[in-house]
Parts: sequence; C-alpha cells; structure tokens
Amino acid sequence: MDEIRYVAASGALGVGVDAEALDQSLDSAPHFIASDAGTTDAGPFALGSGTAAFPREAVKRDLTRVLVASNKADIPALIGSAGTAGGDPHVEWVLDIAREIAEENGLSLRTAVIRSEQSPDYLLELYRQGRVRALDPAPEIDETIFARSARIVGMMGVEPLQAALDAGADFVLAGRCSDPALFAALPIMRGFPAGLAWHAGKVTECGTMACEGGHGGVITATVREHEVILRPIGKGLRCTPQSIAAHSLYENAHPYLHKECSGTLDLTHSKYTAVDEASVRITGSEFIPAQDYTVKLEGAQLVGYQSIMIGGIRDPFILRRLDQWLAEVKAYIYRSVERVLALRPSDWTLTVHVYGRNAVMGALEPNASEMPHEVGIVVEATAATQELATKAAQLSRQPFLHHGAPEWTSGTTSFACLHNPAHIDRGAVYRFNLNHVAVPRTKTEMFRTEFVQLGGSR
Amino acid sequence: MKLAQLAGLIRSKNAGPFILTFDIMFPDDDSYLRAKKSGALTIARFAELFRCEEKHVLFFECDNARAFKFSIPRPIVQGDLGDGDMHGGQQFIPLMDIEIP
Repeated sequence: MDEIRYVAASGALGVGVDAEALDQSLDSAPHFIASDAGTTDAGPFALGSGTAAFPREAVKRDLTRVLVASNKADIPALIGSAGTAGGDPHVEWVLDIAREIAEENGLSLRTAVIRSEQSPDYLLELYRQGRVRALDPAPEIDETIFARSARIVGMMGVEPLQAALDAGADFVLAGRCSDPALFAALPIMRGFPAGLAWHAGKVTECGTMACEGGHGGVITATVREHEVILRPIGKGLRCTPQSIAAHSLYENAHPYLHKECSGTLDLTHSKYTAVDEASVRITGSEFIPAQDYTVKLEGAQLVGYQSIMIGGIRDPFILRRLDQWLAEVKAYIYRSVERVLALRPSDWTLTVHVYGRNAVMGALEPNASEMPHEVGIVVEATAATQELATKAAQLSRQPFLHHGAPEWTSGTTSFACLHNPAHIDRGAVYRFNLNHVAVPRTKTEMFRTEFVQLGGSR
Repeated sequence: MKLAQLAGLIRSKNAGPFILTFDIMFPDDDSYLRAKKSGALTIARFAELFRCEEKHVLFFECDNARAFKFSIPRPIVQGDLGDGDMHGGQQFIPLMDIEIP
C-alpha cells in the first residue's frame, strides 16, 4: 500500500453533508469516510445535560448520507464525539439514529460502539494516585470534583478506533474523541507516518472550512510516506497553501504544537505547496511521542437553574448614571429576595448584561465609557432550583421598572420589558469544571468497546 | 495604517473552554512583513489591550501562514455566569485599531 485516501464528510455531523460531493468523492476509491460530530464550542450544556446541540433530524440526514456512501463503497465509516459531547447518553442517541438508518436503508453494519464517559469512582482513584494532572490554565479541584460533576468524558486518541477497525467494524461510533484521531487512526495503523497522518486529520476535521472560495463540498486527503495531498470536492472550493497553513493554527492556543494522547503533533517544519489550483501538499510534519499516555478530561457540573428577563433602557437621565443605577437596583433586589424568599445573596446570583455597552466584551471592552442612546439589558437570576430562580426573576421586575431618575419629580417606568411574563425560565445551567488530563494505567482502560449489529446481518 | 486595513483577517476564538486565541492574517507577504517589521504587535501591547499579565500571553509569528497568533486565559471560563461570548468570536476588536507605521 503506497497511499491511503479518505473523505471528511462534514465539519460537524448535523451541520450538513454535501451528498453530491460525497458521492463524487467515491470515484477516488477512498479507504474510509469519517466525520466529527462534537465540540465544546457550543458550551457546557450538552455535556452537562446529556443532550445534543443539533436536532435529531439533522443528524439523521447527515449520518444517512455517510453510512449510505460508506456502504456503497464498502469501506468503514467513523463518527467521533457522538451527539456533541460524546457522553454515554449522546452515544446512545446517535446509536439509536444509526439503527433506524440501517433498517430504513437496508444496511448491514457491524458497529463498534466506543464509550468514553468516566465513572467518578475511577477518576477519584486516579486522582488519589496522582494520575490527574492540571493543564494551564486549570480550575482548582479537589477530591469532591468527580462526584460533583454532572458528567465527565475522556477524549480518546487513535488506539480504541484502531482496535475497532482491526476487529472489522463497518461503522465506528465513538464517544468523546480527538477530532484528528478519527482521520489519523487508519493511516497510522497501516504504517503511514504519524506526523503527516495527524496533520491531515487536524486540517480535515472541520470539513471544507480549510478551503477558500465556496461552501458545502467535502475535503479529501491522500496520505503517503512523505506527503499529504489535500483536495476539496465541490463547486469553487480550493485548498491553497495559505488556507491550509491558516487552518492548521485554528482553534488552538499554540500554532505548531498540538497535544494528543500519545504525543504531540509538531508543525514547526511543515511546508505547504500547491499541487494544482485546488490541491495542496503538506510535508515535514512530525509527531513526537509522549513519555506518558494522557487522556484529556472534560467535565461539566450543575451551576443551578436560571430565569432571565430581557428589556431596554432609553431614558438619558438613567443612562448617564447607569452603573450607579444598576448597582442600586441590584442591591434592592438582593434585599427583596432575602426578605421574601429567605435566600441570602450568597445563595443565588443576579447577573446583568448591558448590550450596547459592554455585554459582549465585559471587562475587556475598551469603549465602555461611551454611552449609547439606548441599552439592552439581560437579567439572569440563577439559583439552586428552578422555582427559586423563577421567583427571584419575578421579584426583579418591579425594582427595574420603578427605580427612577432624580431628575424627574415623580416616579417613571424605567425599564422597557420585552415580554409578558417578563421572565423566561432557562432550566439547568452548567459550567466546565476540568482542564485536566488523566494518566491511565493502560491505554485501553478508559474506553469501552462493544460490537453491535445494526440492520440485518449479511 | 490601522491593522484592520492591512490584515486580511483578524479573529478570536475559543481554544477549548479556558483559552482565547487570536489570529491575525495577511493577504500577501508584503503586508505580513510590514506588520512584522513594524514591531507594533508585541506581548506588551497585547497584554495592555486585553488587560492581562504579560506572562499569560502566548505570542507567535507564523511565517508559513503569514499570521500572528496570541493566546490568553479566558477572563471568564466559556459559558460560566457572566460570560457574554460563548464562542469567543467577538473579542478581537481592540486589535483592529493598532496603528502599523
């Protein structure tokens, strides 16, 4: 085998798979199709709540296209970070969709399901053995963090995927997974250089986002002994040395060093050259094996429940002293909530975002002293239960309405509510609580692979 | 000339939930080298604009991508109470007005 070819079907399962381009990509006889399906980018809710960020219909549409194409070409399909966060409920959710797809399309899929959710007891044991290490920056943690988390996942590398492929899986459905690992697993398994395989995966995991000139389409990679060739399929799409170099440093704190379970992808000496007007060659990428095998942990814990209120202020007498006005209103609300609900200020949180001023950048806003003619205000009440959060939000409305400006001789209505009821219940709110790696005793102990048959057997 | 006029792309983004990363990219070698040689883009300037300590700023000049990259710890962890930019995508604005001689 002098090269291995693959297709990255989508940047995120659920955003869209270009069926026509995917079908066309099969002409190049790829060895596998893969797509990432998850991210932390949408926030901690998916991980905490056990739900996906995309509707079932969108994931089903995309997964159908991937599985039908891989079945047609008789090659494996890999999906990683199932259901946005890759926890056990997310994997079950996608597995259920896949089962339906197999039945409806007459597919027979020997499916490897790899779960990556971590039990609090197991992690506590690792922690006590000094096998949980902080990354930088990391929140302070102690022994209670694992039991306090709603859910923790470990991000798998290539090894569990390779074992599944080696065992003959038609379809690999993985929980939380390093995005590039999905694409690097088979090339590395077949003996191609790890540096090039990981780099190809890093570029292709966002689909055609690494390309210029168009939308949709798919991106293909050919991994060889000394080079990777990246080529998009789709109208107007081009890979250029600049677009690939630029994408190689996307969403990563360091432009050249990308940490994975088994080592570090090093792009310091990578070279990007044009093969033709739409294809790019990468050479020189290296992979430095790590001394310890580490697995990135992602955890979310419940912050509380939230109710919000949206409105605006237009009165220039209030706007010219807005900070003071807001401080007075907030103090009043905290007192009122303590009186009525017996909630001390430390028991709940009132957060105010002032749009038009510094809601987007917060403390980093350079122009916060410039007051616009109108501001939008989002008030968030967060408490231990939804009932308390809702009541705190209800108690917030009157103080916002009736805290006036001294320039007026009598009371005005100071706050323009957008809705009736003024509050909107948001349900559970989560926070990310880990930026750590685990150092497992073996490479396999954190991931559990189960083979299931989807659709009829062949 | 302001950086926003010279650069082809200035963007900010989460690099995971705990880090914000900023990419400044140029359409051609001339504009990239002009910015690089100007000495206007430094850790000190960035730390001042983003109100953080210099020791927390990572800074890279990436010749092969015609890009500069800065990374800092997020002032508020992604999605935590008070965070107003879940994806970190609108934090680059102070870079736009940096004067490049």
